[in-house]
Amino acid sequence: MRAVPELLPLGELTLPESAERTLPSGLTVIAIRRATVPLVEVRLRVPFGQADLPGASVLAQTLLSGTATRSNVEIATELQAAGGALSASVNPDRLLVAGNGLASRLDQLLSVLAEVLTAASYPEEQVVTERERLVDRIRVARKQPAHLVQEVLLRRIYGDHPYGEQTPEPAQVQAVSGEQLRRLHAERVSPRGATLVLVGDLDPDAILDVAADRLGGWLGGQEPVTLPATPPLVPGPLLLADRPESVQSSLRLALPAVGRHHPDHPALQLANLIFGGYFSSRWVENIREDKGYSYSPRSTVEHSEAGSVVVVAAEVATEVTAPALLETWYELGRLACLPPTEEELTQARQYALGTIQLSMATQAGLAGLASTYAGFGLRLDYLLRYTQALADITVDDVATVAARYLAPARAVPVLLGDATEVEAGLARLGPVTREPW
Amino acid sequence: MVGVAVVYDVGIRSEPPGRTGFAHLFEHLMFQGSENLEKFAHFRYVQGSGGVFNGSTHLDYTDYFETLPAGALERALFLEADRMRGPNLTEANLRNQVDVVKEEIRVNVLNRPYGGFPWLRLPPVMFDTFPNAHDGYGSFEDLEAASVADAAEFFETYYAAGNAVLAVAGDLDPDQTRVLVERHFGDVPARPAPPRPDFGEPDLTEERRAELLDKLAPLPAVAMAWRVPDPINDLTGYLPYVVLAEVLTDGDASRLVERLVLRDRSVTSIGGYLGFMAEPFAVRGPTALVLQAYLPPEGNVERVLATVDEELDRLATDGLTDGELARVQARMASQLLRESDDVLGRGHAMAVLELQRGDPAMVNRLPQLIGSVTEEQVRAAAATLRPQRRASLEIIPGGGERE
Repeated sequence: MRAVPELLPLGELTLPESAERTLPSGLTVIAIRRATVPLVEVRLRVPFGQADLPGASVLAQTLLSGTATRSNVEIATELQAAGGALSASVNPDRLLVAGNGLASRLDQLLSVLAEVLTAASYPEEQVVTERERLVDRIRVARKQPAHLVQEVLLRRIYGDHPYGEQTPEPAQVQAVSGEQLRRLHAERVSPRGATLVLVGDLDPDAILDVAADRLGGWLGGQEPVTLPATPPLVPGPLLLADRPESVQSSLRLALPAVGRHHPDHPALQLANLIFGGYFSSRWVENIREDKGYSYSPRSTVEHSEAGSVVVVAAEVATEVTAPALLETWYELGRLACLPPTEEELTQARQYALGTIQLSMATQAGLAGLASTYAGFGLRLDYLLRYTQALADITVDDVATVAARYLAPARAVPVLLGDATEVEAGLARLGPVTREPW
Repeated sequence: MVGVAVVYDVGIRSEPPGRTGFAHLFEHLMFQGSENLEKFAHFRYVQGSGGVFNGSTHLDYTDYFETLPAGALERALFLEADRMRGPNLTEANLRNQVDVVKEEIRVNVLNRPYGGFPWLRLPPVMFDTFPNAHDGYGSFEDLEAASVADAAEFFETYYAAGNAVLAVAGDLDPDQTRVLVERHFGDVPARPAPPRPDFGEPDLTEERRAELLDKLAPLPAVAMAWRVPDPINDLTGYLPYVVLAEVLTDGDASRLVERLVLRDRSVTSIGGYLGFMAEPFAVRGPTALVLQAYLPPEGNVERVLATVDEELDRLATDGLTDGELARVQARMASQLLRESDDVLGRGHAMAVLELQRGDPAMVNRLPQLIGSVTEEQVRAAAATLRPQRRASLEIIPGGGERE
């Protein structure tokens, strides 16, 4: 046998050069240098908690559809000429305007961004077009099992909380008017609490002046609205949503989790990896590499501003639905009852540390990370504390958090599939209730 | 970080008849252990080094790759060399991965609307020969019929060292890396690359149309394709089509988005790209320019086809507007640079360029090559996209509403 080469030590995490300034308007600008390619990434994050769902959804679609002086096509032309593009999206936490372009044309990108923020006009004709396109997209999403099961899971775990309903109904979308969008924009597309992240081939200090100059005139709007904390998970019977003739079942389990500020966070991150958070995990090796039940099972700690949750997700063949759930219960229970091995911990920790460095190894990755963290009031230096915390986690720490957060007794199970085919098998493992749709 | 990519000159087009999906199934088998590595070992070593990995199967190549902290470079080279010497091909691993691949096909094709549209569904309309026309994911029947002996033969033929390219990119010292590569790959047995068959087919001389009922689809859709010059042997002839696809579909300022989406509202979205897997510089001929559009529920595919023809005519006749070509080229250059910000993206592109063109440094020239395309060339390219050379596929929605 040939010996597998040893690893050289993982380099210390080094943070890129950056600068930050909060403008009088309330907008915080964070500029980060990564001069690997002559480009710049742009992420503008605007707090959007409690914004009207259909209105916010149409607003994101039409934000770039015209201003007092430019049409949608003129905006797109201007961006393209700067080697760039911008697009807007929304979730219950924030409105995000994201894009990129040539670093030498950053000025042009920021000017277009500023114009849109201060003078988006929501022309009636474009509003009608984009409303209909959004309705078409919702129609398609509602035929996608991954989207359908997500809707069922969100309703089940969040109920009336704003996170419970994240896709508007087509009729609500069709009722949104240009006037409503202009009002929503005036109130909520506000620099207060917003963060603009710029990453790329730039001088961080110098670019702050440029950004302050271009975006300093973006003013007004409301203070950000804080969302109520998410309700605690209430375990219960498996909720079965019927999708007749489905050739696969979409399994989702929600488990409790804590935010990045909480002392249990690093150990939970590692416990989740060991359970099912990466390919070399117990659950993936079991239901994919040993039994062939699923192609891409994955377990993720998801953080939103109002709360965190572990989501365990797999698409499994209809005929092995109950056996796949059984193995999932088994692997969760095993980690909740018995400590992992030192080897498992070392491997998961190394993966966590390496992938942090990897996530910072492109302009786009760095921009996404800095923008996401900003939404939680964190900066990249958080990673220095976090990597140290990961290094200190012991097997006992993992066992403790696994018992606390990943125990099967705490899980909220949801499944979308062909109910007539799978219900009897699932009922042998525990109580099942049907989603009424 | 470092990126390590090994690409083999074998893909979907090389699959033998009766073994559809075999190139992809074999890719899965390359992760099941090798001479010095048990099952599970490959990905545990990569991830336990702080790295990520994957592999994928394309029309003309199959790749295996990792991105890892720089201190894991030698380990990654060891892992790739070990499976190049020979994967562990066992009945149990084969059966297990046939099951996994079937789940992959269910997720990506069978259990969702528009599954395999258009990349698996349009080639059989456009092409007549098995290599170009068949379903690269494979039929369940063919996958289940695959044997360990088939896998051994496939490895013997196509996974020869002479048929592979290794690329290493990132935070590394080139001289030291050369030593490490020699150390681990130096004794991989030399086997020559197999002769590569000519997959050429004559161009269409009359229009081809097909329809497909998709029970899960809520909206009509249409994809259309025209053959383009050979990307390898006729790069100069090919490049204008790469630019043309962006002139037609890149964003709200593009020809077809402006006309079909924003003005006529006859489609709800449209995209255009080169090659059925949308990788203009990682495919050989025969290949195509592809347009793909989704229509509103009451949409009329006939009208969409006619409008595309009209817009192509207008482009061919009136040419581009002031600044139109320059801004499209600026955006394309910026996209190419963005892909090479990632060490693996850069290494991978170089490996494929070496494999298919013997020119890895072309990765640096791509922005200039795109920039050298002239307005006259784009016009001429548009003029060749005539209905009689077009293959199209309409998706008939069969999904009821549940809202």
